[in-house]
Amino acid sequence: MEKIVSQQLDEQVVKPARPPKYTFWTGLRQNKVAFGAFIFLVLIHLIVFIGPLFWSYSASEMTTSGPLASWSWQHPFGTDDIGRDVFARMMYGGRITLLVGLCAMLFSLLIGTVIGACAGFFGKITEAILMRFTEAMMAIPNFFFVLVALTVLGTTPVMVVVVIALSGWMEVARVVYGETLRWKEYEFVEAAHSAGAKPLRVLVKYIIPQVLPSIIVSGTLMIAWAILTESAISYLGLGIQPPTPTWGNLLQNAQQYLWTAPVLGVLPGAAITIIVLAYNFLGDGLRDALDPKFIKK
Amino acid sequence: MEQTNHTNNQQPLVQIKHLAKHFQIKGGGLLKRETKTLKAVDNVSLTIYKGETLGLVGESGCGKSTLGRNVLRLQEPTNGEVLFHGEDILTYSKKQLREIRNDMQIIYQDPFGSLNPRFTIGESIGEMFKIHGLYKGKEREEKVKELLELVGLDTSRYDSYPHEFSGGQRQRVGIARALALNPEFIVADEPVSALDVSVQSQIINLLMKLKAEFGLTLLFIAHGLNVVRHISDRVGVMYLGQIVELSDTDQIFDRPAHPYTAALLSTVPDPNPDARKNRIVLEGEVPSPASPPSGCRFRTRCPLATEQCKQVEPKLQEIRSGHFVSCHYPLQEGQSLHEAIATMQDKEKVRA
Repeated sequence: MEKIVSQQLDEQVVKPARPPKYTFWTGLRQNKVAFGAFIFLVLIHLIVFIGPLFWSYSASEMTTSGPLASWSWQHPFGTDDIGRDVFARMMYGGRITLLVGLCAMLFSLLIGTVIGACAGFFGKITEAILMRFTEAMMAIPNFFFVLVALTVLGTTPVMVVVVIALSGWMEVARVVYGETLRWKEYEFVEAAHSAGAKPLRVLVKYIIPQVLPSIIVSGTLMIAWAILTESAISYLGLGIQPPTPTWGNLLQNAQQYLWTAPVLGVLPGAAITIIVLAYNFLGDGLRDALDPKFIKK
Repeated sequence: MEQTNHTNNQQPLVQIKHLAKHFQIKGGGLLKRETKTLKAVDNVSLTIYKGETLGLVGESGCGKSTLGRNVLRLQEPTNGEVLFHGEDILTYSKKQLREIRNDMQIIYQDPFGSLNPRFTIGESIGEMFKIHGLYKGKEREEKVKELLELVGLDTSRYDSYPHEFSGGQRQRVGIARALALNPEFIVADEPVSALDVSVQSQIINLLMKLKAEFGLTLLFIAHGLNVVRHISDRVGVMYLGQIVELSDTDQIFDRPAHPYTAALLSTVPDPNPDARKNRIVLEGEVPSPASPPSGCRFRTRCPLATEQCKQVEPKLQEIRSGHFVSCHYPLQEGQSLHEAIATMQDKEKVRA
């Protein structure tokens, strides 16, 4: 009862002649955690991508400080086993890891969305072919697929992106497929058809925007998964090869010095964990921000 | 009979000929693979004249909405013809169909599902112009605002989202959207069923006003007779996928010929307590359209049914000028269903 009254009051108080046009940005800012994660991610990306320009050491350069030096103003994170600056290696490694994660995520979202949406929207034979193909792909153990493909195709960063994306789009496709099936039955979709809209327009303007929140949530899971997979294969030595640093192969390298120089392992491990978490928080916020009903007045 | 003349003088806009829509349903069970045919609309012929409002009533599941959608070819009919301006639109290619879409529009029952939740109402209505490449930028906004005013909405709501509106207001948006492209023919698919009674009359009055203003032709689908009485020129009554009675509104309401119509009418509440009629409550449920009864489809619930009704399927025949009914024992002019039942019982007694 109180709630109803207060709602009515709210409605009475907030009655501008023209309601403020809803923007995505205002929606995102309302979720404090997501907004914090967003700022954090922007900072990390700035440090990782622009930081090396202002840092006096490069990733592969051996410094005069000697191996396994502890932290100093010169080397905030110390040096590694052959005397390279760990701060520089973390930044360069982050470049590869984050880029691989982001590109693999976008690429697999693209594949998954196109396949899932087409299967759901066009139905019939398209649906049968695309969804059986998706299921067949799902039947292949993910990690096994990545390892085999990388062994065959080589381990350049582009290949790593492609292979991770190719092994991960099926979940996205299934989610998008299900959502498309749900939304295409809505009357506003039929109304668009009855207005004479072309099928592709109906799909892109009427259905995809409804599915977008689910795509974004899959995206945050995908990027976390892509970063973890990249780290895992690098850790196994099948990913991007040293001396090119990634957070994954930094971890691998740190293994031998876990007791003598634990910071070498803790840093990339913590970086991976925190980035994955931040993407998850951001994804939550984005999903809500895309829903016009979520604007609090 | 002046009203029948009035309709006969009109030229037909939409002619529906032997339209049928069948759905295949898979039999239940693990191993049962038999498919059943559900005849949602079965051999319906109907002519809608230019400028008239044809009300279509029937219980839930009788196929009236399916009929409306098939006429607009939003679903592909199984059989039959739909002539629009004398041309069979069922033979049109998808491209040709898109080109004539602006002449025929639909208003939906559900004011919640019929608007894109991620479009402002301005965008929802503006889309109609965009799809056909009409008007640009500011001009488009002006046109949309004109439409909003036309249906009685404040133009300041242009940037509001559907969830900020009440059911009735959304229905107005739906009407504005249907009107945007200046259609000749509108199918209103139970446009007021989801609304409060007080709002229902507002929407019906709005539709009547707009119909007069733009010379629209309406196919008005509803499940209650009282709703269509006010707005319709003619009324068709549907039962299990078929039209059982079709006539002028006054004829249907004052001199119904089909027992089903008579039974439906007897359940319409009358505000005058002296004129309280004897209600005829139909027994049983509507049979499943997947396995309709033999002969007359209404016979399982009809108080007048005989052996003939079981054997022979009645045809839709003109019993009085402009009054079509599909029944072996139509009620005589002025005869009530109770009287008909009494006569029928007398006959049986005599025979016995």
